[in-house]
Amino acid sequence: MPPKDSIANTLIVSLTLCIVCSLLVSGAAVALKPRQEKNKALDRQKNIVAAAGLGDPKAMSTKELEDLFQKRVKRVLVDLDSGEVVADADEAYDPRKAAKNDKLNEPIESQFDIGLAKREKQTWVYQVLDDKGQVEQVVLPIYGMGLWSTLYGYVAVGHDIRTIKGLTYYEHGETPGLGGEVENPSWKAKWVGKQIWEEGAPREDENLMVGVAKGAPIAEKADYMVDGLSGATITSRGVDSMLKYWFSDDGFGPYLRSLAPKTEGAADGSPNS
Amino acid sequence: MAAPTAKDVLLKPIFDNNPIGLQILGICSALAVTTQMSTAVVMSIAVTLVTACSSAAVSLIRHRIPSSIRIIVQMVVIASLVILVDQLLKAFLFDISKQLSVFVGLIITNCIVMGRAEGFAMKNNPRLSFLDGVGNGLGYSFILIVVAFFRELLGAGSLFGIKLLSTASDGGWYVPNGLMLLAPSAFFIIGIIIWINRTFKPDQIEKA
Repeated sequence: MPPKDSIANTLIVSLTLCIVCSLLVSGAAVALKPRQEKNKALDRQKNIVAAAGLGDPKAMSTKELEDLFQKRVKRVLVDLDSGEVVADADEAYDPRKAAKNDKLNEPIESQFDIGLAKREKQTWVYQVLDDKGQVEQVVLPIYGMGLWSTLYGYVAVGHDIRTIKGLTYYEHGETPGLGGEVENPSWKAKWVGKQIWEEGAPREDENLMVGVAKGAPIAEKADYMVDGLSGATITSRGVDSMLKYWFSDDGFGPYLRSLAPKTEGAADGSPNS
Repeated sequence: MAAPTAKDVLLKPIFDNNPIGLQILGICSALAVTTQMSTAVVMSIAVTLVTACSSAAVSLIRHRIPSSIRIIVQMVVIASLVILVDQLLKAFLFDISKQLSVFVGLIITNCIVMGRAEGFAMKNNPRLSFLDGVGNGLGYSFILIVVAFFRELLGAGSLFGIKLLSTASDGGWYVPNGLMLLAPSAFFIIGIIIWINRTFKPDQIEKA
């Protein structure tokens, strides 16, 4: 073998080390991928359960969670522009991949900036059904840029199609302790019961009131807004525009209007078809 | 310097030469992951494993590592092991890996790991290096677990997520100390540990 400090040895050592280490790392990544994907899918389901307030996902076993999903949750594919449910949906459709595929996405042109140029045309919405099979809540997937990363989450809307029932984020890369506080249970709890549009007004963009305030929201906005996260101005702003965007006409607006009760104030919550 | 014995390298880092308490290394993660016992324990195990394995691996090839690239070689070994640990956590302890978030990845930059590889493993045989890694990992773990114990107990009234003190928000008598959930409290606790340690071992006090 060449002497320790020779160039030949330096090359041999670095090359061998790189090969050994890359084999180790890629081997582990490939071997563990299926398990990790399963965990991620499960985590997403847990977040839907948490957003809809169906129970404490932490206290549930995988089996209970799957049963709950089977019984109470119906997944439908929604066309965002028309707001219509797509009839023969492909179960394997992945909205995140679609957002990157030029055939399946469209440019985002909205007054509400979520920091991304394109979004998918169709996406999965989770309808939570009550005992009689009526839609009790809808859980909408939302995403948008924060400071460092795209935040992915779910927001649950009650059957009056005006009230937020819950908000959770399941994937983001914000600073732990600052922007990462979007996961803080007490902050998430503040969203429950917030109104999306101005009370009594039609569900149109100009009536959108939901959002994140700087400091505790003033009295007349307290029904719509939540205090921002301290030390995370840009993440808070991201959450604010993300909610406005996804509830606007460019987001789930058309779909939500199609679900809205026909007579305002009636609490039957039956979806229009 | 006399050749270190196995017992020395394993036990000395816990009180006599604690990586956090005396060498003041690895403070960043000690602040970040100690709000709960469960994350602190998992982080401790991860750091101990990485330090031990990387020290052993570096020691194993120490006669072949050219001195010009030795730091990079150490970093490659450490980084590979950290990614391995991260992947394992994501596959088997998903919830905890979510809470630890970036801090698992940041083990790479934890000075303890690098310090032991460069300072000890480059000069000693693999067996001793491995034990030295375990010892330093345990020293780190000791502080982390003590800090997490006080932070979770006083800050949330629980340990490992199990409620021990009934908090005022649940109608109990204990008003949680919010400061304990914030990073500065870890400084106070680490400071107190260092103080106690140095009261019993005055030789650790630096000359003024």
